[in-house]
Amino acid sequence: LKNYRFHNCFEAMARRYDSSTTTFSPEGRLHQVEYAIEAINNAGTCVGILAGNDGIVLAAERKTLSKLLAPPKNSEKTYKLDQNTSCVVAGLTADANILIKQARLSAQRYLYQYQEPMPVEQLVQRVCNYKQAYTQYGGLRPFGVAFLFAGWDIHHGFQLYQSDPSGNYGGWKATVIGANNQTGKSLLKTEYDENMTIDAALELAIKVLHKTMDSTTLTADKMELTTITRIKDKVMYEVLKAEKVVPILKNIENQKSSESDI
Amino acid sequence: LELSTHAAANFIRNELARAIRSRGGPHQANSLLGGVDEDGASLYHLDYLGSLEKVDFGAQGYCSYFSLALMDRHWKKNMTLEEGKELINLCIEQLKTRFIINNPRYRLIAVGKDGKI
Repeated sequence: LKNYRFHNCFEAMARRYDSSTTTFSPEGRLHQVEYAIEAINNAGTCVGILAGNDGIVLAAERKTLSKLLAPPKNSEKTYKLDQNTSCVVAGLTADANILIKQARLSAQRYLYQYQEPMPVEQLVQRVCNYKQAYTQYGGLRPFGVAFLFAGWDIHHGFQLYQSDPSGNYGGWKATVIGANNQTGKSLLKTEYDENMTIDAALELAIKVLHKTMDSTTLTADKMELTTITRIKDKVMYEVLKAEKVVPILKNIENQKSSESDI
Repeated sequence: LELSTHAAANFIRNELARAIRSRGGPHQANSLLGGVDEDGASLYHLDYLGSLEKVDFGAQGYCSYFSLALMDRHWKKNMTLEEGKELINLCIEQLKTRFIINNPRYRLIAVGKDGKI
């Protein structure tokens, strides 16, 4: 990794500090990192909800850019990182693939060395430290990806983490990333309950997606729903197939129509 | 986050195994690793080539020729710390009687859930 040295003329225009990730602006900001975060606000929305001790729900909007696109065979937004941890992605898919590969390698290396699964927060830290390097060294641009990591470990049970291009991360009970995340988050603030069941969380996740998505009608192929639960001491990661999603959507439809009956 | 005994033992085993085909050669150390964590107390027997085994009781060195049989006979599940000390003393007595090398001084280290007792 070469270090580029820019000869800065001291006309202090913020624009001059934009092009290099490794330089602060006069206001003390890293513009490239901020621009990367902006890039994610155009990406498909992702929701993560911690459902008490039941598990975690991850929901993602599938953006169909063209009717000519072949429908994906597996998930295009949700990825399993190891037996206990999965993630959902918002942002540049190509960038995300690199990070997911790194995350999977880190998890397996830990498993090989310690013969026990990597704790969720440690995996998140590993990915975030990798992302942070691109904001400080080398002169390469940051990754334009935000993640919602969801997993279970013996130390802290079910956990949900959000990370962004700066390499910052935080633990959440419920959160939204991607397009219209503020609308999503405000809905979560009013409707989220710490002791929700997985089924209630699934419904809430869909409701949030409905608010953040452009289209008025919701169909199973426009979203990707994943549940992470624990059955008999084993963490189960399940991307819900359309047959399972349709009844939930129907349920929500019925609730809505009965609400409007006064 | 604290490392569990199982994880620590496997980490060391990995390092030992890595070393055997290294330039410097194997780390010349056999060890017994004991610890108390959320799963309770556990003891691991490691050798310098990277073998790892979880054991109820163990011994390294010439001592093992004398002690293992005794421990096999007297060890039982859910022994107390005092019973454990008695068993160790039994082994030490036998060593003093039968082993050719005169080694009168021993140091006992007990490990509990908060570390060294």
